Amino acid sequence: MNALAALGEILVFIGTFFYFLSALGLIRMPDVYNRMQTSTKSATLGSLGVMIGVGIWALGEDFGSVAWLTKTIVISVFLLLTNPISAHTLIRAAYKSGIPLWEGSVMDKYREHIEAKAKEAETVGAPESETPEEGGEE
Amino acid sequence: MEEASKISRYLYTVIILFLIWLFLTASTDAQELEMGLVLSLIIGALTYPIFTTRGLANLHPKRVAYAVAYAPYFLWAMIMANLDVAYRVLHPARPIRPGIVHCKTVLKTNPGKLALANSITLTPGTITLDVDDDDYFIHWIWVPDEALTENEEEHVKAASRNITEPFEKFLKVIFG
Repeated sequence: MNALAALGEILVFIGTFFYFLSALGLIRMPDVYNRMQTSTKSATLGSLGVMIGVGIWALGEDFGSVAWLTKTIVISVFLLLTNPISAHTLIRAAYKSGIPLWEGSVMDKYREHIEAKAKEAETVGAPESETPEEGGEE
Repeated sequence: MEEASKISRYLYTVIILFLIWLFLTASTDAQELEMGLVLSLIIGALTYPIFTTRGLANLHPKRVAYAVAYAPYFLWAMIMANLDVAYRVLHPARPIRPGIVHCKTVLKTNPGKLALANSITLTPGTITLDVDDDDYFIHWIWVPDEALTENEEEHVKAASRNITEPFEKFLKVIFG
């Protein structure tokens, strides 16, 4: 049963390595959007590695039982579903509150889309209750 | 998207809740199972209208098979994404060329769009900024040359081929 414990230890090690990368990305990247990119991805896979690793590790130990593994699987699926949504919300809120992109950015199609929508709303004479800035909320 | 009958939606919610209970308790003791079933029935009755619109049709064997096949494919994409991030973070020159690009999707249902947006966020170099009907606005850490054209149609085509299409062939079957 020691092979399982070893596999778990390796997974936890890989997970912590990705945690480290995620923190390093926060320091090295130039603006909020790129920081979001690195931190979200690495932190998600790092947590996945650590949690599944702990579950498998517990299988190989004396006190181990399958209860650890099933709980960690539920937690990691929950994290996998919710983490990207929080990243999406944060990055969208950053854009809406007017944080500029890094000067090295090559294009901004979203700005064009918002402006086109605003122009369209003006010509049609849309009701004032819904500004185009808040569209797509549903 | 027509709605399934109430009973079918209710049963689907109860099944999912009971599965989560089974995993969380990790026990097949009769008392635990009874309690879980009772709680699933109560919570399912309260929450099924917001949980699902299609009910038991979600458990169609073909959909389940595609979902099972999608899991390793997605995990593989996620591992590649992290190696990509590792390369960009550790490289001394910090090779990034970010930009917000515009993609289109063929998915119709809301759960499908949510799954696609989540998949995009967790895969190489892309993060979803906004979804508006079938337009996706995606922050890309390295915009490739073929997406740099001024022509809007070509741009959308190139971006969609790179970002959304690898997942759509699975998600189209799973979520319709």
